[in-house]
Amino acid sequence: MDMVLEFERPLVELKKRIQTLQDMQEADGLDLSASISQLQVQAVRLQEQIFSDLSRWQRTQLSRHPHRPYTLDYVKGLFTGFRELKGDRAGHEDAAIVCGQAWFGETPVMVMGHQKGRNTKENLRHNFGMAKPEGYRKALRLMQLANRFGRPIICFIDTSGAFPGIEAEARGQAEAIARNIMEMSVLTVPIICVVIGEGGSGGALAVGVGNRVLMMENAVYSVISPEGCAAILWRDRAEAPTAAEALRVTAEDCLGFGVADEIVAEPPGGAHRDHEAAIASLGEALARHLEALSKMSPQEVKDDRYARFRKLGGHLEPS
Amino acid sequence: MADTRWFEQGPKDLQPNPKKRESKDLWVRCPGCTEVLYKPALAERDAVCLHCGHHFRLGARDRLALLVDPGSFTEADADLAPSDALGFVDSKSYPKRIEIAQKKTGEVDAFISGPAKLHGIDLEIGAFNFFFMGGSMGSVVGERITRLFERACERKVPAIVISSSGGARMQEGILSLMQMAKTCAALARLRDEAKMPYISVLADPTTGGVAASFAMLGDVIVAEPKALIGFAGARVIEQTIGEVLPEGFQTSEYLLDHGMIDRIIPRDALRDELAHTLRWLLGQPNPSAPVE
Repeated sequence: MDMVLEFERPLVELKKRIQTLQDMQEADGLDLSASISQLQVQAVRLQEQIFSDLSRWQRTQLSRHPHRPYTLDYVKGLFTGFRELKGDRAGHEDAAIVCGQAWFGETPVMVMGHQKGRNTKENLRHNFGMAKPEGYRKALRLMQLANRFGRPIICFIDTSGAFPGIEAEARGQAEAIARNIMEMSVLTVPIICVVIGEGGSGGALAVGVGNRVLMMENAVYSVISPEGCAAILWRDRAEAPTAAEALRVTAEDCLGFGVADEIVAEPPGGAHRDHEAAIASLGEALARHLEALSKMSPQEVKDDRYARFRKLGGHLEPS
Repeated sequence: MADTRWFEQGPKDLQPNPKKRESKDLWVRCPGCTEVLYKPALAERDAVCLHCGHHFRLGARDRLALLVDPGSFTEADADLAPSDALGFVDSKSYPKRIEIAQKKTGEVDAFISGPAKLHGIDLEIGAFNFFFMGGSMGSVVGERITRLFERACERKVPAIVISSSGGARMQEGILSLMQMAKTCAALARLRDEAKMPYISVLADPTTGGVAASFAMLGDVIVAEPKALIGFAGARVIEQTIGEVLPEGFQTSEYLLDHGMIDRIIPRDALRDELAHTLRWLLGQPNPSAPVE
């Protein structure tokens, strides 16, 4: 089943027509190449037109597209020798975040990220990528393990937020997120975080304190979901598109605030239309940043991360 | 919710702001026991209900005045002011909301901090003002907290933060979220470099991004009785799981039962108890030990 967002529909329909003509040409031996190439030019133009002027709400919808590459897709495409490592060593395992050892080229790294599911069974297992305290505690345990052995850490961020539930609160959801944020700030190995889809608030930041924070072109990062914000400030969840606009959630917005360091280009039409191209695009950026960070001493890595977050904010101060 | 704004009236050493609007109503209904209370009498009891012990919310200056030695507090970073980095507008613009909150409270933003002494112990202390936009943390609050920890680190003195906040300030978007990382990184330096203690005091309410950062990271964490403390809002949880929440969920008592805080301390004992724990953390003698 193909999921099509409303604003993508004209493009998808045009592409279907091209396919129909191509099928006809093949089956009946007619020469339709003139019409086909005309429509193909039209499709490229339409795609450019749609994707050059996406609203912040449309970006939010794209960031949640169920056909986008997820953490394990990037892991499979960019690393070798991945072995999942599990458990918080305090009684729980949470598959909303997956972690493991892997190699990025020659470099042994720790890789982890929120994992969403593509069907009901997967979503039950991964809880829609919404972690409980044990998920964050597992992530921290393995980040500290990586730190002890000098292994760089790659974090993929793709969550609507930390799971809001009774058990999660009882086991200290706030403390788990807080602990991760603080302990990530003192690690002496390079940390590169990539928002690959949704960067949902504290649940995202809990694996988001990196030396570099990259964002895929159609990813979003926000303090609260547009729906949640709309429910509180507009008292109407249907105002989510307005809230998305006000919250400035896109990669471009985040780059402007210094919250993101680089926007990773997605293939035309978005990462969900071409996984391979999106993965390759990110691979190039990861290699470049890892190379630069590997030249720093452990103390420099730590100081670099402190300085990065220390300057974020928008207060006024008389000089 | 009862209107308790008048409690923000500060004591002499914490200079009440003359610009603040005062409520004229002299009576207030206690949300704990529904008794009607005479406000001046309630203020005498540090805003704790005579009948049921309900702890009313307090403004930042009142909270600090309860704890610090008279005349020992000097406000720091008072010239930091909020700005509208996003150009945020909902039913009102963010600058308008700031203006309203500033008029209502007489404060520039939702957190007051500075060096002070507590039972003679030199420290850095700060408190949230819930009456300023729900005590929400934007860039000014985050910067003041970060500087509080940095000053404590530099001066090698302990830090205390009294939280009372709904969480991150939506009107500053992703920049508010980043305050969680900024403050926690500074706190880590206090711990690792100065090796000085930090006590977190949780007051009603401490939720969202404030709970999920420095508030839950105290070397010792204490709470006022029956404060609301948690990460996710009760309504969001109910909608997500489709169940009614247990009685007393996300209260100080619930957190104590679940191992998330060290102690619950009533307001009238807070000053002495903080000093008692600070002395132990700093390796000072116990003045309450029996004399031989």
